[in-house]
Amino acid sequence: MTSASNIAAGCAAPDQSAPLPASVDLEKETVITGVVTTAEGELVGGAYVRLLDASGEFTAEVVTSPEGVFRFFAAPGSWTLRALSRFGNGELAVDAARGVNEVALSVATA
Amino acid sequence: MSRDTALVSADWAEKNLDTPGIVFVEVDEDTTAYDGGHIPGAVKIDWKRDLQDPVRRDFVNQEQFSALLSEKGISNEDTVILYGGNNNWFAAYAFWYFKLYGHESVKLIDGGRKKWELDARVYSKDVPARAKTNYAAKAPNLEIRAFRDEVVAAIGVKNLVDVRSPDEFAGRLLAPAHLPQEQSQRAGHIPTALSVPWSKAANEDGTFKSDEELAKIYGDAGLDGSKDTIAYCRIGERSSHTWFVLKELLGQQNVKNYDGSWTEYGSLIGVPIALGDEPGKA
Repeated sequence: MTSASNIAAGCAAPDQSAPLPASVDLEKETVITGVVTTAEGELVGGAYVRLLDASGEFTAEVVTSPEGVFRFFAAPGSWTLRALSRFGNGELAVDAARGVNEVALSVATA
Repeated sequence: MSRDTALVSADWAEKNLDTPGIVFVEVDEDTTAYDGGHIPGAVKIDWKRDLQDPVRRDFVNQEQFSALLSEKGISNEDTVILYGGNNNWFAAYAFWYFKLYGHESVKLIDGGRKKWELDARVYSKDVPARAKTNYAAKAPNLEIRAFRDEVVAAIGVKNLVDVRSPDEFAGRLLAPAHLPQEQSQRAGHIPTALSVPWSKAANEDGTFKSDEELAKIYGDAGLDGSKDTIAYCRIGERSSHTWFVLKELLGQQNVKNYDGSWTEYGSLIGVPIALGDEPGKA
C-alpha cells in the first residue's frame, strides 16, 4: 500500500539510536539501518544520511546519533543511501527486503 | 524580498557572531541539538514549547510572542538571524512568525545547521545571558496567513502548492506510524493543488537552489505567476520553507502559508479531496 514511510516526511527525526519501538511490526516494516564510519572505521555522529528512491529522488533525511547510527522506515525495493558529513561524503545502493536491513556506510573526502 | 535581504551565508554568520544588534536564534522541534552544541552566542527557541499555544490549537498570539522575545532578550531593533535543523524547516516557520508579527529585520542562514556542520564550523555549549527587553509585536499580518475557508475557496482559483512528499500527496501515506503527532482523518490532497515537494527547492547541503533554478522548478510545475498562491504541507513547517522561497527569494506577491495544512484540511467534514498523483478537478 504505502511505498516510502519515512522519518523526514514528518517532522523532527526521532532519536536514531533508540531501540525500535514495540509498535513497529517487522513482519510489515522495511527498516534500513546502519552506521556511518570514516575510512579508518571511526563512527561519525552528526552525519546527514539521505534516502533516495530508485529514480534518485529525495525521500528522507536523518542525522546520525553520537554512535553514528541511522534508521529509515522504507519499503522493499532499490534505494540509495547518501551520507554527508564534516569528514566527507559516501554513497551506497541498497536492495531492501521486509524486516531489518543492516548496512555500513563509509564516508571519505573526495 | 530577495536573497540579499532574507538570507545570509554561513560565512557571513561566522564573521558576525559578535556584531552588536545581531541576535542568532536556533529554532528546532527537537532542541537536544542546541543543547549538544550551537552557533556561539545563539539563543534557542523551542518550536513546540515556545511557539505553540499550550491550550488552543493555534500558535502564540501577539502578546505571547512579545513575551517570548522579551524573555529571550530580543528587541524590535535587533536583526534576527534564524537557523535550525531539518533543512531549516522550523527556522523558516519561525521566520514566517517574525514577519507575521512585523519584525523589521529577520534573515535565515542559508543551509542552516546542516551547512554549519558540513563546513565543520565551531559549536558552543554556552547558553548566552541576554538582558530582558520590552519587545512589542505588531498586530498579525494576515496577508501571509491562510485559513481553511480561504483555502476551500481557492480550489481551482488560486495556486495551491502541496509541498509534502509525492506519497503523501497521492494519499498513499498519511503520516509515518512512528510519529505520534497530529494525523488527519483522511489522506490525499486539496483538489487542483500542484505537487512540488519542498526538497526540490534545496540543495543536498540544505542551501537554497539559485533563483533561476527555483523559478524553473515552480514554472515547470505549472505555478501561474499572475495568481495568488497558498502553500501547505502537513503541519505548516515544510510549507514555510516553500513560502520563504516564493515570497522572499522569488519575490512573488500574495503568497500565503496555510499553517493548518493537511492536518486540519484532511479532518474537515465535507470538503473535497483528490487522490492519486494528479492535481484533480475543482
